[in-house]
Amino acid sequence: MSLLNNFSNLSVGLTSYLLVGAMLFCLGLYGVFAKKNMIAILMSIELMLNAVNINFIAFNRFIWNQKVDIHYVLTGHVAALFIIIVAACEVAVGLALIISVYRNRKSTNVDEFNWLKW
Amino acid sequence: MGTVVFFVFAILAVASAWGVVTSKNIMHSALYLALSFSGVAVLYVLMNADYLAAVQLLIYTGGIAIMVVFAIMLTLRGEISDSNPENGVWGWGAIISVLMFLMIALVVLTNTDWRVLPTPWTSGGSASDISLLLLTKFMIPFEAVAILLTMALVGAVVLAKGVKVSK
Repeated sequence: MSLLNNFSNLSVGLTSYLLVGAMLFCLGLYGVFAKKNMIAILMSIELMLNAVNINFIAFNRFIWNQKVDIHYVLTGHVAALFIIIVAACEVAVGLALIISVYRNRKSTNVDEFNWLKW
Repeated sequence: MGTVVFFVFAILAVASAWGVVTSKNIMHSALYLALSFSGVAVLYVLMNADYLAAVQLLIYTGGIAIMVVFAIMLTLRGEISDSNPENGVWGWGAIISVLMFLMIALVVLTNTDWRVLPTPWTSGGSASDISLLLLTKFMIPFEAVAILLTMALVGAVVLAKGVKVSK
């Protein structure tokens, strides 16, 4: 079976980095599904964004540099940088929303937030 | 040598992420999050992304993780040892996450285009190379993201503090 063959010659190439990224992403996904606390959900989203950054830089390192114009060779780094900036914006606004909601409801439990249900 | 460093810090990052989503104490979750970000920063160094590693340590470990800790301390109620509970459908979440991981792993392991071994890297990755790209090819997104960051921070202050209505 080809899958087991691939496991045996796994070295620190692109595959290992992508698998680390996938593990971090799926742990973040689990946290988003399973946690009650809003701040825990926000932390899980940060984990997922971080996993995507690993993928961007791994592809940039292993594939992008082989046959491309030298001026575009760090495009993956730029994309990862933009993701980091957007994550910083997201966590700032998210935490402000959490504090604002907490002030009104005295809770951070997402199961209790059902204003929009009728 | 590189292999050992990779596995040590990859396991550190993944184990800390596991701690983030399984810890019952949300303060421990936040500190595991900082540890996971630091492990990922070392992986960036292994991939010759020195500048990104520094940015990761400064913004994620130094900024975001500390801001999360502050938000936890501002909103904590009740017993801290049970401050991060699971909801009723965590089993479904676990099943979906495991299936998702198996699917991604299957794609990654069977795609022969992605079975690339490390080649010597000569194209930089330092701040000067990235700034050249940011100020020429990606100038418009760079300025746009600066405006986005300013607006998000002002919006965060307005949301958290509230505004007084002027007469």
